[in-house]
Parts: sequence; structure tokens; C-alpha cells
Amino acid sequence: MSALRILVPIKRVIDYAVKVRVNKAQTGVETAGVKHSINPFDDLSVEEATLIREEKLGRRAPGGVEEICAFSAGPPKAQEILRTALARGADRAIHVELKEGEDLEPLSVAKLLKAVVEQQKSNLVILGKQSIDDDANQTGQMLAGLLGWPQATQACKIEFGEADAVSVTQEIDGGTQTVRAKLPMVITTDLRLNEPRFATLPKIMKAKKMPLEKKTLADYGVSGEKRLKVLKVIEPPPRQGGGKVENVDGLISKLKELGAI
Amino acid sequence: MACRQPLTPVLRRLTRTASSEIGRHSSKSQQALLRTTIRCLSTSQPRPLRQTPSRRTAQAKDEFTSTKYPEIQRDERFARLTPEHVAHFRHLLGDNAVIDGVTSPSAAIDDDLAPFNSDWMRKYRGHTQLVLKPATTTEVSQVLAYCNEHLLAVVPQGGNTGLVGGSVPVFDEIVLSLSRMNAILSFDPVSGVLVAEAGVILEAADTYLASAASPHIFPLDLGAKGSCQLGGNLSTNAGGLRLLRYGSLHGTVLGLEAVLPSGLVVDDLCTLRKNNTGYDLKHLFIGAEGTLGAITKVAIHCPRRPAAQNVALLGLPSYEHCRRAFSEAKAQLSEILSAFELMDAGSQALVTQVTGNTHPLADGGGPHPFYCLVETSGSNAEHDSEKLGAFLESVLDSGIVADGTLAADETQARTLWAWREGITEALGHLGGVYKYDVSIPLADMYALVEATRARVAEAGLIGEGDEFPVRAVVGYGHMGDANLHLNVATRRFDERVEGVLEPFVYEWIQERQGSISAEHGLGLAKKKYIGYSRNETMVGLMKQIKGLYDPNGIMNPYKYI
Repeated sequence: MSALRILVPIKRVIDYAVKVRVNKAQTGVETAGVKHSINPFDDLSVEEATLIREEKLGRRAPGGVEEICAFSAGPPKAQEILRTALARGADRAIHVELKEGEDLEPLSVAKLLKAVVEQQKSNLVILGKQSIDDDANQTGQMLAGLLGWPQATQACKIEFGEADAVSVTQEIDGGTQTVRAKLPMVITTDLRLNEPRFATLPKIMKAKKMPLEKKTLADYGVSGEKRLKVLKVIEPPPRQGGGKVENVDGLISKLKELGAI
Repeated sequence: MACRQPLTPVLRRLTRTASSEIGRHSSKSQQALLRTTIRCLSTSQPRPLRQTPSRRTAQAKDEFTSTKYPEIQRDERFARLTPEHVAHFRHLLGDNAVIDGVTSPSAAIDDDLAPFNSDWMRKYRGHTQLVLKPATTTEVSQVLAYCNEHLLAVVPQGGNTGLVGGSVPVFDEIVLSLSRMNAILSFDPVSGVLVAEAGVILEAADTYLASAASPHIFPLDLGAKGSCQLGGNLSTNAGGLRLLRYGSLHGTVLGLEAVLPSGLVVDDLCTLRKNNTGYDLKHLFIGAEGTLGAITKVAIHCPRRPAAQNVALLGLPSYEHCRRAFSEAKAQLSEILSAFELMDAGSQALVTQVTGNTHPLADGGGPHPFYCLVETSGSNAEHDSEKLGAFLESVLDSGIVADGTLAADETQARTLWAWREGITEALGHLGGVYKYDVSIPLADMYALVEATRARVAEAGLIGEGDEFPVRAVVGYGHMGDANLHLNVATRRFDERVEGVLEPFVYEWIQERQGSISAEHGLGLAKKKYIGYSRNETMVGLMKQIKGLYDPNGIMNPYKYI
């Protein structure tokens, strides 16, 4: 059984609890001054990698965990989520810095991750099934395709067997499905996989002082070229609020006015 | 983005926040309210024994206040309502503004009157047969003048979310509901001054301010915000969650309009921050609990809405360390500090027991004897994070704090708040609770919990196992405001417990110049205890003012004054 070298790619997105607003130019959503956090599915990836190392809850990998490497491609502030990943249990972090507002399409991300996997000699990639900003749900699958590795998507349970075998229970419509493959492989996470922990203060402080490896797209030979152009972003039509009537007579006349009776 | 909504239920489950079941206070944004909803309960001090919901329905529901407190007698100076009175009100206000159980009593009308007769904890229930809902100040004035002339007693009522029985009638007082006066009159985005009628619901005011072109925030926030009204907030001088940051209503209210029982309209709707021209009479109405007149309009100073918030939870070895941490927080976080909440180990153990969740600090060598929740609100997320980070590092390095954590996202922030706000609900699940909402100088604040615990232990009433009536004595509260919630969780009702607690708790507080009611007021519940916090001279002066403005005593009778 080989020791695990886990790569955890994470993305900085608008916090899921924030109500997003379309910008005035209708070219995207308003991001300035809006709270950003780690993509919730990626949060589960970080936690799962840590749990595999801690060998809790039957997630024990026979060969042990050699290294957990967190990776993010994003603006300078993506460092914050990398530090959070370090505080939660990652050993190293790599940051490919993009300009503010520059983002990558899933295929570019998959190509970038392929290069990272090869450079880091990773044998397990755990990543969120999708990021909640563009909801593409493509990166994991494309990465597995480019690498020629088996993939298990929407994981809600990961178990390690003998001889590099990994069993993954997947969330599917109306139930679950369990698949087995051999390392190296790509796993994407779904919500029931685990509950992310709170990083303790001493670990947060330690993570602040850990070095981040800074890279550029060029270092990995990837261009951020786009194949899609966003033409227009619009909000759904606002919900019409209800009105109040004073009494039964008011209700009846209102109904008549609307042609309901 | 399509994914955000479907995500919500699962993420919400993941946060494992205790579900809230407080129907009266449900609101559109359940999640946002989760924290405040529960917090409302946590600051509630229904005095003798708060029952679990099932027991409450079995015992206390439907019991008239007049039956529960036979020592309170109806004041026979007051006239009894006649159909002629009601006809006059109908003429004044129109049929839609009157709920009339006088002229033709029926079960259907009793149902309509019921919500005005009972407080939301269903601890108090009055006998009113008439609810009036005026729509303008003039109508309020006409109603009160008529009541004064005919000696009809009146209870002004807002959202009726008070916790001490101050907003419901005891006998047949007329309920004067301000709910139809719910217009926002003006808002100046530059000065931040909001002018609104008394019946505006707090959440509606806050939502209005939040959606303004330059988002502002109402300087008051509390659990009942989905139901409570501004007039009631002022009348009870509600404290709530933002007091540490924005101060009390005595500071933020710039002016108000009120109607005296004589019908005189007190027009002090000043929108200036500075106005040193004689006695500032508006302060008499703030916290008067409707005993002087009815507040009809409010002018309040609203700050800009903070763009960034951070939440941290700390584990500390002793109360002394909590005090030092608070002092450090004030020094290092200063203007961005927006909440500093205290919880003892006992309270957190109860939440763990009831919710079955793992405490956020369970891994870091916990449980700790004390926990503090620190929240910052500011205009610049990076600046705030940096400050909070530096603060946390310093308190950790200097050994003030044993462990802690920082919310990495909004979900975690809400989870951390749920450990503070879930306390009251957890206590309620386990049985009856004796609750005291008190204010004590910070140095002695937690000593009350220790003294009470020692006294209950000495009496042999506390312990593990069914033979002991008391499960735990816990303390938590708004440390930033020196406001402590002393809670005694019981397994069953036992007279000995009350005997041990009272008047011990009140005397203890009196000796330390504390207040027996920090933010809930006196109403009916604490009527007897005013003497522990105000001396005879003060109570005498209050009575003089009452006599001056309400010579016939028709405003909210039988309550604290």
C-alpha cells in the first residue's frame, strides 16, 4: 500500500450565507466588500483529508498519509483560505496568484491541477464536487479524464481497503451507490461526507506563520485563456409581496378587482 | 448560484444549530433570526418558574392573572365598560379599529381578544373586553381624553412581547394597540435620523434601514424583533444585543411624541443630537412601561450598517481571566467590538447534553470553566481581521485564554452564536428554570452564581440523580453590559428551592448595588422587588411624577407603580 499524498484544491468564493447581487453593468455579481470564504464543498475536502490522517471513524488508510497539500488559484486574498486549510490540518499550501477579477474556466483549472498533481506526485485528489459561485461541477471529472485516473464523484463516505483499493459511497438521486477503485484516483465531495471542525487558536496562529509557496500559471505551463464570454447576468424577477385588507368586505372587493370571483 | 438555495437546508443541518420552536417570533429569515430568536429567550426572566412547553400548556395556560395573584384587587374607582362607551369609540375610530366584547360577547370575539389578553409566555392573562386600534395621534388623544374623563383604565400595547407582564391587562382595562400606527415617516441618510410611528415593527424598521441606498442599522436588536414595536421598545427601554456597541435608547432616541391621559399631545419629536433647552422630558417616557402616557412617534439616531463581522469563541480558566480578556478586548478591539458574551461550563454542558453536538472547543483540552464569545463589527474586513487576530494572539500568548477558535465563514459564525443562544432553549428542555436577569458591577458579577450554587448545595437540593430537585446553577450573559443571567435548572417544582433562592438573590444583589432587572423592566412580575434597586426617595419621586401626568391613574394600573 502506498502512502497517501493528498492534494486538496480549494477555491475562495462569496460566502454561502451572503445574498449575492448582480453588478450594475450586468456583467457579473458584486464582489467588492462582500464576505468571501472557502467553497463549502472544499471545506469538506480539507476536513476529510485531515480525518484520513487522524484515522478516525474507520477512514484509516493502510499506508498512512505522507502529506496533505492544499492548493488554490485565486486573487491575493485566497491566501486566507489556504491559511485556514493549514490551521485545519494541511501540511503545505500552494498559491497560484491570479489578478483580482480574473477567473479560470473548469478546463483550465483541470489542466492546472494535472500539472500540480504531476509535480507534487499526488496519488489522491479530494476536491469539492462544485464551487458555489459558477456551479460548473466539471473540474473533478475533467481532471480525472486528463490524468487517466478513476474518479468517484459526490462522495459521502470514503473507506480504504487492502492493495490500494478505495471504496467510495456516492450520493445519487434517492439513495447511495458504492464504487471501488485503486489509487491513484480523484474523489469529489458531497455535503454528507463530514462536518468541518473549528480550527483551534494555537493552530490558527501557527498557520499564519507557515510559508506559502507562490506560483504563477506560467510555472505550470497553463494559460488562463477563456472559451466562453459572459454576455449578461440578470437577477430573477423579484417576488411580488402580498397585500393586507381591512376586513371581509375588503377581501371580497379585492378578489373581485382581481377577477378571482 | 442556482446551488445556493438547495444547499441551504443541508448546510443548516451541518451547522447543527439547535432548532428554534418559538412560534410567535418566527420570521421570514429564519436563519438570520435563529440567533436572535433564541437570544430573546435567553434574556427573558419570567420570574418564578418557567415551565417546559408541555408543562406550560398543562398548568399555566389559561390561568387568569387575577386568579394567580389574588392579592391584586380591581380598583373600583375605575368605571366598568358599557355599550355606550364602546359606541363612542366606534364613532371615533370606525368599526374596524374596535374589537368589542362588551356589546355582544361571543366565543369568536373572545378568540379575537385572546392575543391581547395574554403575554407571549402565556404567564399572564387579563380580562379585557375591548381593544382599540387608533390610526393617528389625534385618535389616540381623543381616546385617552375620553378614558380619563370616564375613569376607564388603559393598557398601551405594542407587539406584546414583554417578559414581565407589563403589556397585558390584569382586569378589564382597555387595550390600546398601536399596531395600526406603522408608518415610517422619514429617514435622512446623511444624519441617520429615522422618524417612525410607534407601531412600526422593529424588524421592519431595520429592514427598511438595511435596504436604504446607504445601508444603516437600527441601534437596537433583540430576539422578538419580528413582533415587537418601536413604541414598546421605548416604553420598556429594551436593551438587547447591540447595547454594548450603540448604547441604550436613552442615548439613541432623539425625540418622541407621546399622548398624556388628559389627551395632551407631548410633541418632542426633535431630530437633533444636541438640544440643551431645559428638562429633557422624553426620558421619562423611555422605560415608563406605559404608566405615564402612550408613545406615538419616535425619532432615533441610526448608525451605518457595519460591512464586516467576525466571531471568535474563547475558552478561559476562571472568571478573573474573563474579566482580563474583556479589558484587553476593549483596549485592542475598541471601536469594532460589538459583543462580549460570557458562558460558564455548566451552561455549555447543558447545551451539549440537549443538542448532542460536539462543542467547538472540545478538542482543545476542554471543557474550560468559562467561555467568552467575542464579536467585532466594522467597515473593513481586513482591518478587523487583523485587529482580531492580534488580539487573539496576545491573549493566547499572555495566558489569559487557554484555547479558542475563530469562525472561518458565516456558517461557523452562526454555529458559534448558537452555543450562546441555545442555552435558554436547552435549559427549557430539561425542566423548569428559575431565571434572574440582573446587573451587577463586573467585579462581583459571577460571584452571584457561585454564592447561589453554594447556598443550594448547602441546602442539599442540588446533585446528580432524581432525588435532587435542582439540576444545575448556571450563569451566562452580556458581559459587555455587566448583565448576568442567573439560571437555576430544576427537575421538578419544589417549594424549598424557591425558599432558598428568594429573597436571597435579591438581597445579595442589593448589597452590591446591583439591579434586579437589567433589561426586562418590572411590569407585574417584579413589582414587589423594586425596593431592592430603588430607595424610598426614588420610588416616592416616581410616584409624584405619575401623579402629575396621570392624576387618575388610568395608565397601565396594577403594575409597578
